[in-house]
Amino acid sequence: MAIYLALKEMWRNRGRFFLISLVIALITTLVLFVAALGEGLGSGNREYLAKLNAELIVYTKTSDLTIAASRMDRSKLAEVKRVDGVKDVGPISFSSVSIVFGDSQKPLNVSLIGVEPGRPGEPPVLTGRELRNRRGREAIIDKKAAALTGYKVGDVFTIKSTQGTKEEFYKLEVVGISDGRQYSLQPSISVPFLTWDEIKPKPVADDSQSDLTSNVIAVQLNNSKDTQSMIRRIESQVSDVHVVDRKTAYESTPGYSAQQSTLNTQASFALLIGALVIGGFFQIQTLQKVPQTGMLKAIGTPNLTIAIAAVTQIIAVTVLGVMIGSLTTLALTLSFPPNLPIVLTANAAAVGISSLLMLGPVGGLVSIRYALKVEPLKALGLS
Amino acid sequence: MTTALLTQSVSKTYELNTGIIKAVNDVSVSVRAGQFVALVGPSGSGKTTLLAMLAGLLVPTDGSILIEGRDVGKMTEAERTRFRREKIGFTFQANNLVSYLTALENVELMLRLNNKYDKAGNARAKELLTRLGLGDRLDNLPRQLSGGQQQRVAIARALIHDPSVVLADEPTASLDTERAYQAVETFSSLIHEQNRAGIMVTHDLRLCQYADQVIKMVDGEVQRVITDRQEILEMAASGKAEAQGLPVLEAKPIVRRNGKSQVALPFGSNTVAVPSI
Repeated sequence: MAIYLALKEMWRNRGRFFLISLVIALITTLVLFVAALGEGLGSGNREYLAKLNAELIVYTKTSDLTIAASRMDRSKLAEVKRVDGVKDVGPISFSSVSIVFGDSQKPLNVSLIGVEPGRPGEPPVLTGRELRNRRGREAIIDKKAAALTGYKVGDVFTIKSTQGTKEEFYKLEVVGISDGRQYSLQPSISVPFLTWDEIKPKPVADDSQSDLTSNVIAVQLNNSKDTQSMIRRIESQVSDVHVVDRKTAYESTPGYSAQQSTLNTQASFALLIGALVIGGFFQIQTLQKVPQTGMLKAIGTPNLTIAIAAVTQIIAVTVLGVMIGSLTTLALTLSFPPNLPIVLTANAAAVGISSLLMLGPVGGLVSIRYALKVEPLKALGLS
Repeated sequence: MTTALLTQSVSKTYELNTGIIKAVNDVSVSVRAGQFVALVGPSGSGKTTLLAMLAGLLVPTDGSILIEGRDVGKMTEAERTRFRREKIGFTFQANNLVSYLTALENVELMLRLNNKYDKAGNARAKELLTRLGLGDRLDNLPRQLSGGQQQRVAIARALIHDPSVVLADEPTASLDTERAYQAVETFSSLIHEQNRAGIMVTHDLRLCQYADQVIKMVDGEVQRVITDRQEILEMAASGKAEAQGLPVLEAKPIVRRNGKSQVALPFGSNTVAVPSI
């Protein structure tokens, strides 16, 4: 009976209910878009560190977990390697260069990551092979760099690096393509550490260091679950280091937490606005239906029937709106160019969609309560 | 004929800041099955309050209301809601119909509420509406019907589920005179036909001509209960005269001419036959 009344009303007033669904669709698009932006920006900051093939990352103690401020020399690498429980270590260094193209195409800024071939830090490849030559002019490019440049395994590309006052150009061969490994909101290319040291931007040209330093050290453990005790052990046995797990490392990236909390706040506000809008719509509708609700109660319609009818309408309208909004967002995100940091993951979409679906009934609770409190006599003007 | 409805010393008292108000005071009336009763009186006389108590929408402060032997005033709210749904038919002054249901669906609503909707119920609803002259309006929404047509749909809805008691609160308030008479005449016929107990609240005395009993209320109390047919017709005639601004005249007995009821009123040296008022 309740479902019958709900569906009849919706069918006879389908224009009005569809309009409410469209508003919910807009709110859904906004919420999912903000979530996708948050994921895209967050991913752009954390992807490389989050996917690192190591459990721990070692920084200089005074660096305050800022990669650019951290400097680890080779002796530190050996010290960390000697700690009981450490399976393998690998130095990692970061800088930024541009991939240049022959024609008038705009150069692409990428993160240049120096890693030791075969050691923690080198990204696993989806196609092609790993790095082999410690001084080779070879590179593993990530999926995003491949999508933006169109390069495949075997292609040779040119990077531009400012060294001293001159712009130097170096050719590198694509030997492998990894999954997404963005760093500092840029696609990444990983090269052998010694190659990195040679081609990286430098304030003074020909400044190859005799004693190579890396920004951080990636540490693989014998027991991957033993992170906390290994952190304490390494910090106690190796001087002047600060050891953290991957999550702490990327959350400490400058601006990451502020960016994520801002975007999360935006998403939360969008949900709150959504609840208010849905609630507002149904409250207005309930107010307009007070005499009719009173009449239904007067002829013996139970409160439960009225409540179920109202909830049915709210759920139907919300589900339709969320569906339209989700499909619209999906279509939009697929149409965006790959250089836009918009990533709609299944997880983010699921969280957003389920929050929105719960939002409808929550937002409509006030109107349902109001409908239940309608007194037939007052509503009909009999008292 | 059995007693369908019986009130025993029913009162409704409100405690306000200004004092205690007795909207209904010590009312005892009985209505038999098949009897159509008009409840008349000036505004504020307690008619609507009494009707609301009969319908189980208000709980009396004192006394009892027995419908089919069950005291409506002693029921819980859920019981009264159920009782209203099963045993009582109700039409209102306005907002009678569900705006998004057709005429037929509005009538079937009572069957659906009582889980009694089936093909037979659907056929009955159509038959009742056709009987009320709405056979070609079954699929019209309320906004596509005139006020009189809406009222007839409400009457059909009030009767479709075989209630024991049918209550009508000012059913003709939004109707013109001709349609008002048509509606009440139909209402009265169906009450008699289906052997229901029908109570109509009205302040239009002209409509009393269709009633078997007139209960006159003043200041929350029953002033008079009129069952004499002649007296009822005189009351109805005085209502018509009053409506026309004419002096109230003594009515003559009913005369049937050409199958229509007429009342002969003296007018000077002549008499005027007033056709189905």
